[in-house]
Amino acid sequence: MAKQPPAQFTNPETPGYVGFANLPNQVHRKSVKKGFEFTLMVVGESGLGKSTLINSLFLTDLYPERIIPGAAEKIERTVQIEASTVEIEERGVKLRLTVVDTPGYGDAINCRDCFKTIISYIDEQFERYLHDESGLNRRHIVDNRVHCCFYFISPFGHGLKPLDVEFMKAIHNKVNIVPVIAKADTLTLKERERLKKRILDEIEQHGIKIYHLPDAESDEDEDFKEQTKLLKVSIPFCVVGSNQLIEAKGKKVRGRLYPWGVVEVENPEHNDFLKLRTMLITHMQDLQEVTQDLHYENFRSERLKRGGRKIEDEEVNKDQILQEKEAELRRMQEMIARMQAQMQIQMQGGEGDSSAVHGHHV
Amino acid sequence: MFKGSADNKIEAAMSELVPEPRQKPAVPMKPVGINSNLLGYIGIDTIIEQMRKKTMKTGFDFNIMVVGQSGLGKSTLVNTLFKSQVSRKSSGWNREEKIPKTVEIKAIGHVIEEGGVKMKLTVIDTPGFGDQINNENCWEPIEKYINEQYEKFLKEEVNIARKKRIPDTRVHCCLYFISPTGHSLRPLDLEFMKHLSKVVNIIPVIAKADTMTLEEKTEFKQRVRKELEVNGIEFYPQKEFDEDLEDKTENDKIRQESMPFAVVGSDKEYQVNGKRILGRKTPWGVIEVENLNHCEFALLRDFVIRTHLQDLKEVTHNIHYETYRAKRLNDNGGLPPVTAETEENHESNL
Repeated sequence: MAKQPPAQFTNPETPGYVGFANLPNQVHRKSVKKGFEFTLMVVGESGLGKSTLINSLFLTDLYPERIIPGAAEKIERTVQIEASTVEIEERGVKLRLTVVDTPGYGDAINCRDCFKTIISYIDEQFERYLHDESGLNRRHIVDNRVHCCFYFISPFGHGLKPLDVEFMKAIHNKVNIVPVIAKADTLTLKERERLKKRILDEIEQHGIKIYHLPDAESDEDEDFKEQTKLLKVSIPFCVVGSNQLIEAKGKKVRGRLYPWGVVEVENPEHNDFLKLRTMLITHMQDLQEVTQDLHYENFRSERLKRGGRKIEDEEVNKDQILQEKEAELRRMQEMIARMQAQMQIQMQGGEGDSSAVHGHHV
Repeated sequence: MFKGSADNKIEAAMSELVPEPRQKPAVPMKPVGINSNLLGYIGIDTIIEQMRKKTMKTGFDFNIMVVGQSGLGKSTLVNTLFKSQVSRKSSGWNREEKIPKTVEIKAIGHVIEEGGVKMKLTVIDTPGFGDQINNENCWEPIEKYINEQYEKFLKEEVNIARKKRIPDTRVHCCLYFISPTGHSLRPLDLEFMKHLSKVVNIIPVIAKADTMTLEEKTEFKQRVRKELEVNGIEFYPQKEFDEDLEDKTENDKIRQESMPFAVVGSDKEYQVNGKRILGRKTPWGVIEVENLNHCEFALLRDFVIRTHLQDLKEVTHNIHYETYRAKRLNDNGGLPPVTAETEENHESNL
């Protein structure tokens, strides 16, 4: 271990202090300067409160000029992919958040092809990253890979619908799925528990892999461990979104005003909004890591394997083509020889018929 | 005479059974005072009492169908409407039941009684509607069922030795449950209502309305009404069947302001202000089902049961059934249908 010359970080009280303990701070400062990138995809039928929830989570209005199409227009529409990017800054930390919306999902009468568009989008982002990574200029790779997918489950049903199951099975190996139950103010507390349990059972039954929060490390403090445990138990989160300020109990809160009471968005007794937000913020880094280490690597190995196989196929074909061409050549040579023989016989003999009979029989 | 003895409820129910005179009272009806300015009294009005007695003896049928995606609260709402466990939720269906792969038709009948009046109520449920990934033509089994009931009735009517009182299994009313997305109707809703509004009385209902605030509710209702109008969907009460001006004004108000009814259903009772009421208890308040400030359940109930029940049956019989009958007879060249199968065989042999 080479001793670094004492820089301004030398702590005179501890001789032998090298100073690389300061590395995390340097990394931290660099990343703060660089800023964070995060791509969040939201999928769910229209009218489940996706846009409202996203606006509530990030305290912004991501969809200012939104026009909601009527049912007749929806009949013709296919699933679209719409990405909007916002730059949020808080206490010097910059976050470049991209929200990928999927309008049209689940609207059609026949939703058979609903998720093809979405899966191609996710694959495209992986493909682009792979390409950039294998390229020459790797300094400014933009990471547009989808780090997390909020899948919205309808609170009106009795659990997962066939479409939910099919979709989640199709993307659970490509992206981190976080199931969310929005418009949770439709449900009483008992109904919520029942629905959560039903959904978890069905997820297990169908072998769907949703994102699992990592257990807290043993060296974290008790509060964090407790918080992580609480979060793990509450999945899927039942949330209510709103950006309207309502007067309740003397103070202004974000919520929804009903004739029978006020639902407060940030009240943990009313819904799991705070839990969802905490989970997203504290595990943003982990979500990115899992995307990089698991989903992207899966994609990469599949892709490269597939790429190799293609070349072998072509070689096999080449051999076949070669053989075929040789056979054809031989045939043509034989035909020419025959024709030459015939011509010779004709020139020599006067009777063409008999000599023709004596000619080669092919 | 009769006015003093009649119970308010019986009067109300009875008034719906009488075809003429056509009074459409709000709830409840006050006893009618007999005009003593007449020169003499004949006694024609006693026919009302005679009919009432007769109907009370025979009772009457009402068949209501509920259509909508699973989980929209159809069974709960029907139970709440008739204040008894009449839907399949009570007859052994547990929440673990899987969504069926095709649309099934399940009809369950109950006899309920109120004030001496017996009603044979049949609730027709349609599990599996709109729940699949591919919902194309999922309304066909429903349309088929409705036409089958018309066919059954027609066959009985055309019979030489027919029953005095033909059992009426025709669907008098179809409650269509709209999901409270707050945005607009879904393509499936439009398709269903387009096809079925021509064969049955459809009453669109916004389910689980406790999801929306008052403004969202008003906006959504307006939007839905507009969409239905733009797409030419005539829901019950249909404009063309309004009989007189009085009907028209009353129905106009319902069509343009109240419908589609935004409802909440519940079969649990809670104590609120000293009274036991049906409702839903949440951490932020109790939603009272029968409170008009909370939801429009009471309006739906009054509409379907207390004021328009008889009209629903009449429109089904006089209009939808007659349309079916005319078409059927035309198809067969005026001959009564002997058996549908032999007719078809004839045709194919030609």
